[in-house]
This record gives sequence, structure tokens and C-alpha cells, in this order.
Amino acid sequence: MNAVLETRALCKSFGALVVADSVGFRLAPGARHALIGPNGAGKTTLLNLITGRIEPSSGEILLAGEPVTGLRPAARVKRGLGRTFQINTLFRQLAVIDNVALAIAERDGVAGGMFRPASRQRAVIDEALALLATLGLAEDARARVADLPYGKQRLVEIAIALGLKPKVLLLDEPAAGVPSLESHRILEVLDDLPRDIAILIIEHDMDLVFRFAQRITVLSQGAVLTEGTPAEIAADAAVRQVYLGERHG
Amino acid sequence: MSALPPAAAAGAAHAGGYVADPRVRWQEWLPWLLAAAAFFAAPDYLSLGARILIFILFALSLDLILGYAGIITLGHSAFFGVGAYVAGILGAKLGVTDPLVQLAAAAAAAGVLGVLTGAIILRTTGLTLLMLTLAITLVFLEIANKATSITGGADGLAGVVVAPVLGLFRFDLYGKTAYLYALAVLFVCWWLVRRLIYSPFGASLTGIRENAVRMHAIGAPVYFRMVAVYAISATIAGIAGALLTQTHQFVGLNVLGLEPSGELLIMLILGGVGRLYGAFVGPFVYLIAQDYLAKQFPEYWYFGIGLILVLVVLFARGGILGIVDAARARLRRRSA
Repeated sequence: MNAVLETRALCKSFGALVVADSVGFRLAPGARHALIGPNGAGKTTLLNLITGRIEPSSGEILLAGEPVTGLRPAARVKRGLGRTFQINTLFRQLAVIDNVALAIAERDGVAGGMFRPASRQRAVIDEALALLATLGLAEDARARVADLPYGKQRLVEIAIALGLKPKVLLLDEPAAGVPSLESHRILEVLDDLPRDIAILIIEHDMDLVFRFAQRITVLSQGAVLTEGTPAEIAADAAVRQVYLGERHG
Repeated sequence: MSALPPAAAAGAAHAGGYVADPRVRWQEWLPWLLAAAAFFAAPDYLSLGARILIFILFALSLDLILGYAGIITLGHSAFFGVGAYVAGILGAKLGVTDPLVQLAAAAAAAGVLGVLTGAIILRTTGLTLLMLTLAITLVFLEIANKATSITGGADGLAGVVVAPVLGLFRFDLYGKTAYLYALAVLFVCWWLVRRLIYSPFGASLTGIRENAVRMHAIGAPVYFRMVAVYAISATIAGIAGALLTQTHQFVGLNVLGLEPSGELLIMLILGGVGRLYGAFVGPFVYLIAQDYLAKQFPEYWYFGIGLILVLVVLFARGGILGIVDAARARLRRRSA
């Protein structure tokens, strides 16, 4: 099967520090794929390489079979790459619905209109409301994001990305900082995400990873250590060593 | 991006967005009614009135980039000054005396300058951006100072000829024409700016102000939009500058440099940033206070202005309109 997202021999180094070491990685259509690894393994670097926030030293990135290496982040978004952020990256002083509508309007190409009022963009607003309803945020549509509890702000993170109708969705620790009482809500939302979106999730919460992911890639020191099903990864001795910090040999 | 507190919170007046009602509310006619009433009630103050209207227009242009797009600048006088000098040079040196032609030329010149400088400096943010905006207006100040044969240098450019508006209304000694002319231009610009704020483009500007990283991540052409709004704002500032020249029939160096930029910033902060009508309230209060204090305390009047600003920054960071909003919210809570 053709991968919707693929990296080939992707390398990135800052001086002598190698943060991505020939990473080859494939994301299948509709995948539920987790990227794990200890702190400093290069997970966020890989995400930033894929989205184009940083340029690779060498290697290639393909989106739906097309090379996107060197394209600006916005151009990759237009080709169906959506992402969320580990630390909330929201329009805090704006209403929840505006947070989502901004994304939908960009996707629809109506965000640059200067004369007609934004409130006449019925299609954008209706879609935003429907999207918020599926995430259980309908009642918060008019609330200011800054006034929402943290757990709901994490859902707005996901809502903005979904507003782009991405083919590939990169979730950077979607449950980070959410108290465990509220994190089940995030999990429900993740379970209900449309099946046609290929999802790559970075997560430290292993319960969440093993519940959500069908495949897991383990990164260590910028390189792919191994890849497999959750069962294979759980049984992998090298993975245990990396996580428990045991010495090799 | 902006170092100022986000005054334009959702729910606050005229923040724009996809669920904001774009219709003009009754309160929004009050400034125009007041302006019309002042024309009849205060005929001796029409030249001060015209000055207030011109600075409202200038402040409106600043609010568009500072309050909505979050672009902080100390160099907005560059566009005001270029507009003022273009109108002045046309009227005094080149024999182009039609006021609307002068206005259009000033707008075009300032707009082009906005695109050219914006395209360069909007690649930077924060303090770098602030210093670059300041540098640009200082460069123009020095050009105006040195090119004495065109600009009159430090003596200023006197004898700017301005023909009657539409060939009908001569600029009179009492400032009647000047006042109504400035009012009409302000009204048209206000209407256009208001449309812009309530448009999807306006919503995306607030998105850039709130979080440029996220705007990139949803595929928005952030840089292009910032240059676009910067050029629009520059155009309006250029119009305001031309109005000042036309109503005074004179241009001096005081339209360029740090001082007019800083004064404008103070006026807008005083009125309230990112609220649309802060640009109306600020210059109104500031210039009337200046006029009054300068007459009462010719030596110490700046002390009064400084005191007002300190009080606003300490106790009312949303400006005068912020106080009004807070009071209205309290009343509503009490009656509920």
C-alpha cells in the first residue's frame, strides 16, 4: 500500500549534535500510528521536519507520494498535513468558534475576503459549529478560549487541526498536562476521529499509546530503534532497555 | 507579537470575527452626531475640530495594524509625513491644486511606500521591527530636512495652494470647509476600515495577533496578509497627512520622526487599542486636553498630558473605552 506520509533517510544535525539520524518512516492511509521514545529522542524534531518548521540536512519527505521537502509549512498544510501542538497554540482571546472558523476559512480559500462580513460565511460557520458539536464543544462555541478549562483547550487544539480536513494529522502529546480525570474525554475524541485520516501521535502516556495505536515506532537518539505492533513493542528487549535506561550488553 | 495587552478580547466591542454582528449599532452614530452638532455649536473651534478629525483618521490607521494585526510601530509618521509632503509639494510647487487629486496622490504614495517598507521590515518581529519602523520615519525626516529646495527644510513648505473642494467649496478662514471636508473623508475611511475589521481578512488579522505560529500551521499566508494590512494602514495615514497639509496650507518637519508617532501611540492607548472607537476617543480627549492645558498652563501643559497617560497605563490598560466597557459590564451584572 502507498504511504500517505513517508520520510526517506531524513537527517538533521545542529553542528555535531545529530537530532535526526537517517529516519525512514511510513504512515499508511488511515493509520493509527504512535511515535514514542525517551526525552530527547528526537520526536518533536521529526514532527518539525515533517511540517517544515525546520529544514532537514539531507533526506526526503513525501506527502501522498509527492516530495514536499523544501516546501514552506503553509504549502504542506494545503496538501493535507495538519498538526496540533504539545503546548497549546491557540487564539486565546478569540471565541472558540473563531479558532475553528479561521482554519476552515483558510482551507476553503475564503479567509482573505476584505469586504463581505465574516458572519455571512454561513458554510464556514455551520461547518465550525458541526465540528465543535462532534467534539462536545457546542455549548462553548462563543466562549473565549482563554476562559475554558485546560482539558477543553486541548480539544480546541484538535478542533483547529480537524477544521483543515487533513489527510495526515500529527498529534503532539494531545493529552499533555490534562488531569487524568479529564483525559478520558481526549481519548474518546481520539477514538472517534474520522477513519480516513492517517494519524501520527507523539505521546508519553503509555496507556494512551497502547490503547490508541495499531503500530508504534520507537525513536532513540534521533534514529528509529524499532517498529511494530503494540504487542511486539511491549515485548521488545531493546525498547525496555532504552526506556529503563539499562546498559547494553 | 504585540507588547501591549490584548484589549480586543472576544466580546469586547468591535473585535470582528465569524459570529460578530457586523451591523452598525446606534451608539456608533454618536460620534457623527457629535461632530455635526459641534459644527453648529462651536464655530470658533472648527480648526481644532478639523485637527481632531485628522488625528482620529491617523489613529484609526494605527489601530488597524497595532490593535488588530498586532504590528507594533514607532514609525507610522513616515506615511503621515509622506502624505503631507506629497500634497504640499503638489500644491506649492507643481500647481496641482485639486484637493481630491492631492489626496489620491498622497494615498498612493503612502500606500506604495507601505508595500515597499512593509515587505522588508515585516520579516522581523518585536524590538527589531520597532527599531526598523523608527529608522524609516527618521530617514524620511532627514530627507525632508535636507531637500530644502523641494520641502522647504526646517522652515517648512508654505504657500500650499488648495483649490475649492469639487470646485465648489473654498477653504475659508473659519475652517468650515476644512472641518466638513475632513469629516467626510474620515467617514468614508471609517466605513471602509469597519468593513475590513468585520471581514474574514479582519478575523485573520486578529488570528495573526493572537498566534502567528498557529496561523502558519493552518496554512495562512501570514506575511502576505501583514504586508497587505500594513499598506492599507499606510494609505490611510497618508490621507490623514494630506488632510493636515490641505487644512493648514502648510507642511512642517513636525509631521515626521519619533514625536508624531509617539504622540499618536499615546492617543490610541489613551482611547483604547483594538476597539475601533478608541481611535476616536483618544485624539478627541488628548487634543482638547492639550488645547485647554496649553492655554491655562503654557509652561507645564505636558505635565497634564503625562499625568493622564500614567493614570491610564496604571489603572485602565484598555484605555478610556476599556473603563466604559468595564462600567457597563458591572451595571449589567447588577441588573441581572
